[in-house]
Amino acid sequence: MDGFISNYVWPAAIMIGQSLLVLVALLLFIAYVLYADRKVWAAVQLRRGPNVVGPWGLLQSFADLLKFVLKEPVIPSGANKGVFLLAPLVAVTLALATWAVIPFNAGWVIADINVGILFVFAIASLEVYGVIMGGWASNSKYPFLGALRSAAQMVSYEVSMGFVIVAVLLCVGSLNLTDIVLAQTNGIGTRIGLPNSMLDWHWLALFPLFIIFFISALAETNRPPFDLPEAESELVAGFMVEYGSTPYMMFMLGEYAAIVLMCALSTILFLGGWLPPLDVWFLNWVPGIVWFVLKVCMMFFMFSIVKAFVPRYRYDQLMRLGWKVFLPLSLVLLVIVAFVLKLTGTAP
Amino acid sequence: MGLQALFFYLFAFVAVASAFMVIAARNPVHSVLFLILTFFNAAGLFLLTGAEFLAMILLVVYVGAVAVLFLFVVMMLDVDFAEMKSGALEYAPVGALVGIILAAELIIVLAGNAFNPAAAGSGANPIPAPSERTNTQALGDVLYTDYIFYFQIAGMVLLVAMIGAIVLTLRHREHIKRQDITEQVARTKETAIEVVKVKPGQGI
Repeated sequence: MDGFISNYVWPAAIMIGQSLLVLVALLLFIAYVLYADRKVWAAVQLRRGPNVVGPWGLLQSFADLLKFVLKEPVIPSGANKGVFLLAPLVAVTLALATWAVIPFNAGWVIADINVGILFVFAIASLEVYGVIMGGWASNSKYPFLGALRSAAQMVSYEVSMGFVIVAVLLCVGSLNLTDIVLAQTNGIGTRIGLPNSMLDWHWLALFPLFIIFFISALAETNRPPFDLPEAESELVAGFMVEYGSTPYMMFMLGEYAAIVLMCALSTILFLGGWLPPLDVWFLNWVPGIVWFVLKVCMMFFMFSIVKAFVPRYRYDQLMRLGWKVFLPLSLVLLVIVAFVLKLTGTAP
Repeated sequence: MGLQALFFYLFAFVAVASAFMVIAARNPVHSVLFLILTFFNAAGLFLLTGAEFLAMILLVVYVGAVAVLFLFVVMMLDVDFAEMKSGALEYAPVGALVGIILAAELIIVLAGNAFNPAAAGSGANPIPAPSERTNTQALGDVLYTDYIFYFQIAGMVLLVAMIGAIVLTLRHREHIKRQDITEQVARTKETAIEVVKVKPGQGI
């Protein structure tokens, strides 16, 4: 009995505690990220944005949450009820599940698995199911069109994203996310004789791939200018037309969790994760989680700025960009990275 | 060990049950969704045996890409499945035969060592312990170092098949407006604008 408690109950309790901690912190972060998104959007358009609920509108997201939860969920009579309700659940569960392998600081990770980056990539590629299932189960024209669009779009951009990740892995030599961050302590900067700094991170050495990754992440998460699945000018709200109240909120939550995940992923792959920008004592003294959150916030700021002032793509242009521009470009860059690593003898 | 067994039975039960539902479900889209659930549980089983790389690749390739296209096609097709199902029993003997052959082959492969204990020692290479070598590395060694030429030939065959499929189905239709980005970008003021002086009362 003693062995049972120390072998199963105690590890399980620790695991559940860690998961809950990450989940609550993440949901709070998403609440304020939503607020920040709306504020940035408003600032670009010279509006005030949410400013009524709480001081400076800081409690707006929580008021929205209450409103969504208290409303009556409406299920269309022609809808496929089971799949209709399953779709938002799938979307939000998958988006939150990926956070299990994200390292927030040295050793601060729930599941430090060998194939961490593949796990993130696999779960991210499943997120399209929430959208397709929602669009199909609604049994109406606009949601279905939105679902078809998003299926094609998300599958297309995953390809170039995969190549970018492979190029980063070539430089690191490991699929573990913690290893990927630690590999960025040495890089271009240390090679030319500077101390450890932000010049070592992959964003400088792999700059074109960073750009491709950023744009693909926008398309992968259905953010403007690639929000064709929910283009309100043509499809009303795309796959979410028939949704309301809590199911709708879960779609939104899943969407923002995926966006923050992509910000965290680009932080880990290109911006050195929790590493401080300069190796000096007062910056090293700041806990790594602060740097991590700051970098994620910076990435998110770029996401929301793009949303605020880039007009929406046309659908054929979107497909052209994905298949005819990004795919060949990332493939060629991958080969170049491999050659450079081999010729300079810096391959891990 | 207890937890592993628990999860094995969980994944195995859900995989078998959803595989049954793939053929039992009335709605074809539900069938595909159950198929996806089966894949997912198969990935879980891979993870339990320590084949983490295979598990993730199964998710990325089959669930993330192939099944999406599958779902895509099934949703777009408007097939009367009640009619199709009515004739399905005629094919049952053939299906059962294929199933029996597959099962027999699997038993021969998996239980071969039990029938012939001498074969157990004649494996090509001894397998290192998972603690020394991650299976991502091991697979990479086999595919890209030991058998690189066979791997490249396989890749070549696939590439030729892909190009062949595209060539067979590509039809370049005339009289359709196409966008040529380079042409648009290369336009200058001289080629884009024509200044016409119109005299009063004459028009162009």
